[in-house]
Amino acid sequence: MAVALRQPGWYRGALGALLGAAFGFGLVVALRAISGLDVFQTEQTGYPHVIVPLITTPFGFLFGFGAFDYWFRWAAGKPTVPEDHANHGATRWQDYFKFNTDHKVIGIQYVVTTFGFFLIGGLLALLIRAELAQPGTQIVDANVYNGLFSTHAVVMIFLFIIPMFAGIANYVLPLMIGAPDMAFPRLNALSFWLLPIAGIIFLGSFLAPGGAFDAGWTGYAPLSAGAPLGQSFFNIGVQFAGASSIATALNFLVTIITMRAPGMNLWRMPLLVWANLSTSLLVVGATPFIAGAQFMVLFERALGMNFFQFLEGGDVISYQHIFWFYSHPAVYIMMLPGFGIISEIISTHSRKPVFGYRLMALALIGIVVLSYSVWAHHMFVAGMFDWLRVPIMITTLLIAVPTGIKIFSWLGTMFYGKIHTYSTSMLFALGFIVTFLIGGISGVMVGMVPLDIHMSDTYFIVAHIHFVLFGGSVFTIFAGIYHWFPKMTGRMYDEKLGRVHFWGTMIGTWGTFVPQHWIGLDGMPRRVADYASQYGDWNLVISVFAFILGTVQLVFVYNMIVSWRFGPKAGNNPWRANSIEWQVSSPPPVFNFDQIPRVVGGPYEYGTPGARHAIMGDEDELELPEPKPSTVAGPA
Amino acid sequence: MTRLPYLKLVLATLALGTVISVVMLQVDWFGDAAATAAGPIDTLMEFTIVISSFVFAIVCVALGYALVKWRVKPGDEGDGLPIHGNTRLEIIWTLIPTAIVLFAAGYSWVVMNDIEDKQPDAMTVNVYSQQFAWTFGYPEAGNKWSEGEFHVPVDQQVIFKMHAQDVIHSFWVPEWRIKKDNVPGITTEAVITPNEVGTYQLICTELCGAGHATMRAIVVVEPREDYEKWLAGLDGEVPEDLLLTADQAIELQKQLQGTEQGIDSSGVDETSAENVDQS
Ligand code: HEM
Ligand SMILES: [Cu+2]
Ligand SMILES: [Cu+2]
Repeated sequence: MAVALRQPGWYRGALGALLGAAFGFGLVVALRAISGLDVFQTEQTGYPHVIVPLITTPFGFLFGFGAFDYWFRWAAGKPTVPEDHANHGATRWQDYFKFNTDHKVIGIQYVVTTFGFFLIGGLLALLIRAELAQPGTQIVDANVYNGLFSTHAVVMIFLFIIPMFAGIANYVLPLMIGAPDMAFPRLNALSFWLLPIAGIIFLGSFLAPGGAFDAGWTGYAPLSAGAPLGQSFFNIGVQFAGASSIATALNFLVTIITMRAPGMNLWRMPLLVWANLSTSLLVVGATPFIAGAQFMVLFERALGMNFFQFLEGGDVISYQHIFWFYSHPAVYIMMLPGFGIISEIISTHSRKPVFGYRLMALALIGIVVLSYSVWAHHMFVAGMFDWLRVPIMITTLLIAVPTGIKIFSWLGTMFYGKIHTYSTSMLFALGFIVTFLIGGISGVMVGMVPLDIHMSDTYFIVAHIHFVLFGGSVFTIFAGIYHWFPKMTGRMYDEKLGRVHFWGTMIGTWGTFVPQHWIGLDGMPRRVADYASQYGDWNLVISVFAFILGTVQLVFVYNMIVSWRFGPKAGNNPWRANSIEWQVSSPPPVFNFDQIPRVVGGPYEYGTPGARHAIMGDEDELELPEPKPSTVAGPA
Repeated sequence: MTRLPYLKLVLATLALGTVISVVMLQVDWFGDAAATAAGPIDTLMEFTIVISSFVFAIVCVALGYALVKWRVKPGDEGDGLPIHGNTRLEIIWTLIPTAIVLFAAGYSWVVMNDIEDKQPDAMTVNVYSQQFAWTFGYPEAGNKWSEGEFHVPVDQQVIFKMHAQDVIHSFWVPEWRIKKDNVPGITTEAVITPNEVGTYQLICTELCGAGHATMRAIVVVEPREDYEKWLAGLDGEVPEDLLLTADQAIELQKQLQGTEQGIDSSGVDETSAENVDQS
């Protein structure tokens, strides 16, 4: 036991958490006692003896778990083992529960963990839909209801979509660019372990007196500043999730910039790499703003500072400016990686180069730049400066242009291709195009000020965000998981079950979110536990489809678990794809490549005889599928 | 023969776009209308729906055609044609959407100016919101007040000056198409000319706490005589505690504006300060 407590790992982690909690709690009690204050301040916005341990406990755990051992040893000038790969790779399932530094292990840790959060967020959604199935309140009261949709959104955004994309890229991206790992493997592992911590904090808020945080995922002040203790859990949880995002984004940036295989210049990077480069630029620039906004609210709540209290000279609307300066870019943080995934899948399954590759890459960069200039479109009716509305409307509508370029180029990629639709990943990619298109169209509508004045904060917005986040982000996540499942596990999933999952998800998504456009425009506001009875019928329909949508996800879970264990062996390259990750074994060796590949051409050279993306190892033991001459008749 | 059947594709797109537009225009998107702003806003929506229907049709036709034409037969392991792009096409699908969205922005701007245009004979109604109730004051009628219900004369432009006492609320009457947040510390404003007699609902659309869903008020639009009668029947003035915070807010804002640090541009002007000060 004593030995176990000295080794990094779960025992020492638990001890660290305990010590961290005791330290935080003791510090508050001691300082307050010395200062002659009430030792236990339990005003709803206070509770310092809860929120300080909320910060110190995770750090205690991370110290104990071993997140900082190497850095400490190094900082203390002790001899380090330069090639210490003790925590690298996985040979047993237990290795997935360690502070593992292998990007492939971390990728799987991310994907599995965040998918777990998807299921939790989904259950919260079904509770919401159960309550809304009929007008009046049946299952939960208004307070609990507000907590449900707030935690639903926060779990889905901060613990599922954003980190799921980080997880998929974690696995795939280093392989794609021919790198043995991420640039900073220990930072990478730390980024992952911050996530479950954020999750426990968010969900732990249900246990707080007064219930879970309930001011919406947007947490507008002053409502959030005066809310019960649970709100502080949100303020603090966001710091952990945000730190995780920022660290990962830095890691991606350095990895992409410095670790590409020889020969892979910018214009030879697969679009998934471009997409993660763009996303990381957004994360690094924007995430500090939400961290700042939540610290300001936390400081108001816990330390009595004033930023947003109007009677003391605070400025209520400034919260929204700071919040959206992150949270608009955040919606593209939740979309650009998906764009990258779709480009890979459509090109591979149409057996054709991505149409207009350079413009596709430039469109991503264009979205990044524009994203920083549109935040106030969430505030058209908020009472902000009137003059800001027209410039923001123009930049907002302009974002539709690069987004349109992406859609047209995917269609262009399919023309004159050899389109394979047997794989579920391609089905999700095609379903994504039409579903996301609806979300883009409603986005343009809400971007137009006179329309948004009517639509803002109604169910129309709920419809818009779900068409882009479910039809956009979640569809691309599924597409990506199906696409790289054989690479990650070495086994094939079941395409029949995949098709059931796809069609169920498609029908569920449209059935759930289409009617929300109508009831929203007709007068149903968002974030309400109760509504006018004339919307009862539609809400019942919506709830029925929502339960279909929820249930069909079980097919996916079953398919993944069973195929991972018993699926037929997949081989290295079941999709006959060109990019580098498909040229190594499935799953890839611990250090990815015996010999760093040499990149000699673009990533999508389907149909050009002799063209190659990369040469793996020695020229003669080539494993690359030789591209076949095209057999499609071209335009005359 | 592999040249794209351009004509057929264009015709199919036009046909599908027209069908979708027609179907979509049958939907009564915004429901009943009861203010002058509804006209231009609903027309803007219809314009957007038609454009969107054609965009949707383009994508559907292209996707459908590609799937029908180039879906592989089982066992076919060949590759597609190595086309890497087409600069002219790419320029087209960058520039045309740009032109469309810029036009949409310009059109929206025109509509915005139109619906926010203030007439000299506009009357003022003060709106005070708090968890979870609405109060209304009539500054031009001795600051008389009403709780949970307000009346306005039909065909009369009304400028609503909004104040929130605790957290943010939002003022929305769907039939009027206008929504505006009520923000503690500043005065926000909405310009509305109701043009249909009737009874409507004022809905709070900004999450404001446990009572948010039920934070409603009754809106009555009636002929001027009925309105005058209703107004005459009110007694008392807007309660002190509502004004106090609104007052303080305005004082504060004046100070801030004095330092060129105005919290908000749409907020308080001299008249609204007077309106509240009259009490
Ligand atoms: C064509 C591109 C898009 C445009 C023009 C657009 C425009 C807008 C506008 C103007 C709003 C504010 C509406 C309001 O609250 O009154 C909004 C809300 C929102 N959009 Fe989009 N959007 C686009 C694409 C996306 C994408 C790709 C995502 C995410 C994947 C997204 C996610 C959201 C979310 C989550 C909200 C609601 C935030 C909240 O209030 O809780 N949008 N969008
Ligand atoms: Cu936005
Ligand atoms: Cu409200």
